[in-house]
Amino acid sequence: MVTAVHSDTDLRRRVWEAASKVVDPEIPVLTIADLGVLRDVEVHDGRVEIAITPTYSGCPAMNMIALEIELALERAGIARPTIRTVLSPAWTTDWMSEDGRSKLREYGIAPPQASNSRRALFGEQRVACPQCGSQNTELLSEFGSTSCKALWRCKSCREPFDYFKCH
Amino acid sequence: MTVANITVSETPLVLYTLRRADDALISGHRLSEWCGHAPMLEEDMALANMGLDLLGQARELHSYAAKVEGRGNDEDKFAYLRDVRQYRNLLLLEQPNGDFARTMVRQFFYATFADLYWRAMMRSTDATLAAIAAKSEKESAYHVRHCSEWIVRLGDGTEESHRRTQGAIDELWAFTGEMFAVDDSERGLIDAGIAIDPAPLRSQWLKTITGVVDEATLALPKNDWMQQGGRSGRHSEHLGHLLSELQSMQRTFPGATW
Repeated sequence: MVTAVHSDTDLRRRVWEAASKVVDPEIPVLTIADLGVLRDVEVHDGRVEIAITPTYSGCPAMNMIALEIELALERAGIARPTIRTVLSPAWTTDWMSEDGRSKLREYGIAPPQASNSRRALFGEQRVACPQCGSQNTELLSEFGSTSCKALWRCKSCREPFDYFKCH
Repeated sequence: MTVANITVSETPLVLYTLRRADDALISGHRLSEWCGHAPMLEEDMALANMGLDLLGQARELHSYAAKVEGRGNDEDKFAYLRDVRQYRNLLLLEQPNGDFARTMVRQFFYATFADLYWRAMMRSTDATLAAIAAKSEKESAYHVRHCSEWIVRLGDGTEESHRRTQGAIDELWAFTGEMFAVDDSERGLIDAGIAIDPAPLRSQWLKTITGVVDEATLALPKNDWMQQGGRSGRHSEHLGHLLSELQSMQRTFPGATW
């Protein structure tokens, strides 16, 4: 008979590995680790607790993400975790990994620029087109297909594109 | 109505939290009424997105009120099983959408306030309220910018858009004073550092509002008489109609879930 005895540290590593592969249901090229939505994994005496944080208060993907984490852990043969939503510190696009930013660009979404969320009321911003790289772009709407994106248009290649807003 | 209203034990902190939760819920619900009706697709998405932010804030705040109260209520019961008199939102936010200009003026007045308010509330000694404030502040910054751009576009647009926007400002102005009012129940929380005093925020609020209104070639009313009542449950006739729609499912099929 084989008994698999894992120390908490070892289990924590396995949980992180499984959970960090869960992708955002709205932007399936990004994992919740890339986004910074996966905040923490704690293991005490084999009990797993995972902390996630919403991008926006009303983000409807949170329930889906929690469910996907449970499924990912189940597939990895890990007992059902407790999933906790934390609000503080408030999520920021600064947490998005470099890898995540390039994946976004390749997917056709302009990645968030260096954080400067407190811009002037009618501040100007420059966003490069993720299709052709042109800086000659314009904002169509601050609010795009999801809470975290704005709608832009490239004036060079004429393609509309999503921009992942700084937050 | 076949389902009894819940009773709420309104300690100062529960009442305080419910007031802000109801602001977010009622405001978010009003914006959701535009879904499928906005003047264009981009704006339909913008209004729905702002509504979603507010609904998210409402859920956090109602859940926290329920936790503080500790009597088995929850976010859903607060939203669906309280009657008009038990709601604590600002009168401004329950005012009907009217035309697009009127909705924009209402949200512009509120978002500009909310942005300042939540930023100040990040200093709250209550960790949960401070965390909710930090998220809400970021979201309202976008709402302020979006609404401000529309006020300028409408005010400095055609003769008709100018007239309608000015009309909305004149009609809604009397509801803005309530945002800065404080009663005894809140005074204690302010002294304890749990809440912040909104009164000193008015000058900054007025400065931002005036700047945008000037650029929009519009004017603020001279009249400074202000209507209050929402914070203590004395509402305009509009809230009852809003709630009958918001609550009809739960009132008709108690406990129904998706």
